[in-house]
Amino acid sequence: MCLAVPVRIIECDGVKATVDIDGVRREVVVAFIDNPQVGDYVLLHAGFAIVKWTQDDVREFEAIVNREPAPAEQDGGSRD
Amino acid sequence: MIDRLHLIREQAAAIARPVRIMEVCGTHTVAAFRAGIRALLPPGVSLISGPGCPVCVTPTEFIDQAIALSKLPATIIATYGDMLRVPGTDTSLERARAGGGDVRVVYSAEDALILARANPGRTVVFLGVGFETTTPPTAWVVRQACGSVSNFKVLSSHKTMPRAMAALVAGPAIAIDGVLCPGHVSVIIGSKPYEFLARDHHMPCVITGFDPADILAGIAMILTQVAEKRAAVEIQYTRSVKEGGNLLARRIVDAVMMPGDALWRGLGMIPGSGMVLRPDYAACDAMPMLRGCQLPQPCEPAGCMCGDVLKGLITPPMCPMFGTRCTPSDPVGPCMVSSEGSCAAFYKYGR
Repeated sequence: MCLAVPVRIIECDGVKATVDIDGVRREVVVAFIDNPQVGDYVLLHAGFAIVKWTQDDVREFEAIVNREPAPAEQDGGSRD
Repeated sequence: MIDRLHLIREQAAAIARPVRIMEVCGTHTVAAFRAGIRALLPPGVSLISGPGCPVCVTPTEFIDQAIALSKLPATIIATYGDMLRVPGTDTSLERARAGGGDVRVVYSAEDALILARANPGRTVVFLGVGFETTTPPTAWVVRQACGSVSNFKVLSSHKTMPRAMAALVAGPAIAIDGVLCPGHVSVIIGSKPYEFLARDHHMPCVITGFDPADILAGIAMILTQVAEKRAAVEIQYTRSVKEGGNLLARRIVDAVMMPGDALWRGLGMIPGSGMVLRPDYAACDAMPMLRGCQLPQPCEPAGCMCGDVLKGLITPPMCPMFGTRCTPSDPVGPCMVSSEGSCAAFYKYGR
């Protein structure tokens, strides 16, 4: 029941936003996100965004799902 | 992935004694099984499933209440799909629907509110089930509805995870050496609520993500703490979990709900482990609708050992009914019903 998926905000209007989930668009609630913006990646649980990811977080996730070394492991860079 | 497995094998060899790690969250249970992690771990390291499947710990009484409400005139039950097949004393919501009850599956708490707005002549009862991840959406829709949508009600069975973990470690010895703490619960509550486990019970805790690589990293972090004989709360799932959690979500929950006693299937009554509506939001509480309803004397299915499975005292195959009388297509207990129940996960992946 605690499944959540990362999605990208493509439209935002107050506490409601439209997100893209692998090409599917859906209206969700972003009332728990501080200053949600178009282009943000958020983690979506049961129609509610529960946390905003930084660009580093998105890269870490993409590295994991593509089974590549995470950027920090690759070049010794730090997470900011 | 391979590197992390090698690391875990080296750590296990150095520790040179069995290490039992409880994954508290049902979503972790399924993710670990699906990736074959249990089979890949060295013989000394084992994963024990805990009480973190909200469907599984929802008591029979709650299902009985939901079924009774589904029989009231002009009433719609709106529920997450996981709850449909969970056995009550006499029947399930799925069977109540087949018998004429109006039971609808919603993806989101907000969908239940939309359903109420679209059906002004009927009362929509949303079944509030789940832990800290799922409670804020319920609180948010209650705040939206209260005062403006009089036909929207919530029957709350929301529960909080750290108190159940406290009851578990204070109960009969389950001999666990560390805990993979639930990732998305922790997105909301942060890491502090687990600190008593490390401080008072010397229990290593690692808040872990749900990808197989996350889970292996979480196990390695537990093994590091075990090897160094220390106990701390650490965050592996740093991309989603911050130490302070999600303050906006917690504020809405605190405004609308307050702790109450809660009955857990398997664990019994745990004081203060539930979340109920505050008196200001009583207009949205479905409990008064139950006055006059005939409710059966709650009864667990005969021979069902889900309670011991949920406490980590036995593994599902140790139940005499597992895989014979109790299967996913004809389940007896809730741990076989829920797709995130440990019995269903053992049946699908572990045989």
